[in-house]
Amino acid sequence: MARRKAVLRDELITLAHGAGGKATRELVEALFLEELGNDALATLGDAAVVEGAGRLALSTDSFVVHPLEFPGGNIGELAVNGTVNDLVMVGARPRWLTAGFVIEEGFPVADLRRLVASLGAAARAVGVAVVAGDTKVVERGKADGLYVTTAGVGTVADGVDLGPHRLQPGDRVLVSGTLADHGMAVMVARGDLQLEALIESDTAPLHELAGALTGLGDALRFMRDPTRGGLATALNEVAETAGLAIVLDERALPVRPAVAAACEILGIDPLYVANEGKLIAIVAAEAADEALALLRQYPVGAEAVVLGEVREEPEGMVLLDTTLGGTRIVDMLVGDPLPRIC
Amino acid sequence: MKYVDEYRSAELARGLAAEIASLVRPRETVRIMEVCGGHTHAIYRHGLEDLLPPEVELVHGPGCPVCVIPMGRVDDAIAVAEQPGVTLATFGDMMRVPGGRGSLLEAKARGADVRMVYSPLDALSLAAKLPDRTVVFFAIGFETTAPATAVTLLRASAAATPNFAVFCNHVTIEPPLRAILETPGLRVDAFIGPGHVSTVIGTDAYGFIPREYGRPVVVSAFEPVDLLQSIAMLLRQRAERRCEVENQYTRVVRREGNAMALAAIAETMELRDDFEWRGLGTIPRSALRIRPAFAAWDAEELYTLPGARIEDPKACRCGEVLTGQIKPWECGVFGTACTPERPLGTCMVSSEGACAAFYAYGRLRRPTEEPVGT
Repeated sequence: MARRKAVLRDELITLAHGAGGKATRELVEALFLEELGNDALATLGDAAVVEGAGRLALSTDSFVVHPLEFPGGNIGELAVNGTVNDLVMVGARPRWLTAGFVIEEGFPVADLRRLVASLGAAARAVGVAVVAGDTKVVERGKADGLYVTTAGVGTVADGVDLGPHRLQPGDRVLVSGTLADHGMAVMVARGDLQLEALIESDTAPLHELAGALTGLGDALRFMRDPTRGGLATALNEVAETAGLAIVLDERALPVRPAVAAACEILGIDPLYVANEGKLIAIVAAEAADEALALLRQYPVGAEAVVLGEVREEPEGMVLLDTTLGGTRIVDMLVGDPLPRIC
Repeated sequence: MKYVDEYRSAELARGLAAEIASLVRPRETVRIMEVCGGHTHAIYRHGLEDLLPPEVELVHGPGCPVCVIPMGRVDDAIAVAEQPGVTLATFGDMMRVPGGRGSLLEAKARGADVRMVYSPLDALSLAAKLPDRTVVFFAIGFETTAPATAVTLLRASAAATPNFAVFCNHVTIEPPLRAILETPGLRVDAFIGPGHVSTVIGTDAYGFIPREYGRPVVVSAFEPVDLLQSIAMLLRQRAERRCEVENQYTRVVRREGNAMALAAIAETMELRDDFEWRGLGTIPRSALRIRPAFAAWDAEELYTLPGARIEDPKACRCGEVLTGQIKPWECGVFGTACTPERPLGTCMVSSEGACAAFYAYGRLRRPTEEPVGT
């Protein structure tokens, strides 16, 4: 006997939708399956069983951005791109995702559907399937609307070995485009700064860029997507792990004028602001031009630049040659009370 | 950014650096104190010291508003934040300053409602949004920020806002400058005068420095080219045997200051008999309190505050850093027990604090190992 197709008539999420009963089934089948459906997910088993293994990359990330929708993106899209980007940075091909939703009681179903549809579209765009998921509903006031957690699995080709241990003095540091767009877009969108500026988040999947760079073989040493903490924090981690120095050229830093102006007004250094669609690549000096050309063939990499280079000393530090001709340290971010942006 | 690019021009900077080098004699030392924390931050952020000849030494002064707040006042703010029904609003930097009972950020983690705002008017808007709570603005800063607090008090008073108050910790710039100038044996040859404070109080307010203490002053803007130009102006005064107050920040600062801003301060605030400064001790008539006419919005009238005087940690030498007697790295706990993540002293908290700025940007080199003071 065929089961009747579930219908979701509610306009608001209630605690019943998280109770595990009929309302939960309606929500899962009529919203999540409809927007994210595939064979593995449709079994609604306790775990998804998928084909194809080998070397695997795994990653997970939680998203608590406020507001849920901001110029250039939303939490659904971000939840896919964030985890996909973590996978592709180690040279993996992203294959499967899981998604957990913590929804606040009273959340409009129409909004949920829009965000989940966006999550589904982002997954399809990258060619990953959301194969398992979970839904919880919490009391009003306990979750700021919606939190999403995604986990991802990707496959890694034999011989791919990227990491700070591969850095050599003389290697070049590239970034795939402008800095600080996501963090400033969200800060401005929150509206409590009373700034009006059209700044869009850069949220985007980096699978194409990373895939192209992987073609460089051994000349590609390392990739990282500089999210929270920004470029400065990501490079500090690399420099410290590698025991080498990274020296940047301030004149090469790509920052959009509106972003630079917003940062200036708020006293925020764009080097420390989150990006959600940019990658840092460290490549052998002789491969820098080719890497730049590979990045620039894609729209998300059109503004790629060479930012600096790896040096032997001072060990574990990131330096910036300033436009004025001075040199300063670029330290890690120290816990500023900045708003939630991812 | 059209408005700042020309003030960050490498070409202009090189020209000024060459002029500065031509104005000093080989192997002499000219010590110039930048009073304002904003200047300290800009000097390190742009690597300005690399452009100066070794004969010019920059000494960091007391003008970081967060840095001069004593631990006891932080504890008072925490006591206010912990009152039932109170939301405490303050500037982001102030949230990390340690008091005797931890910081406001830690009080927030314990359950106090502490929020970051960018201006006192934001705190007043917050009061309108939270009618069931009383929003208390933890006001700090020199004459730079006092007018905004004054205007907020005037608006709260005009609207008879019942659920808003100010915990006033505003201070004035002249007393700490005098305290520094009277430090025995202090060797500061010239002053880069604060920019933002001067937009309010004007350049005439510094006349006592050349007149009574024989040191030249140039009031400066905040971009690297501005600062280099100010240093060149100070050295030119010396070469021409002049000693006066000059204004480099002419695009904003006037001799007489901003009469409206000064009137707003005078209407709402008056000088306290004395006020404790972090590292400088108690200085008479150096800070502002809310006038009795505005007592309904004065947190010090509305709440019983502990008002305790808390000794700085013994190892912390913020006082000597604030008065330019030692450089940040000469403090025994700099970068070890005291870091931006776990600050012992206020100079390590605000990005305008000399220790935090040096830690963040300047650890690479130490321009001089010689103590600046006695």
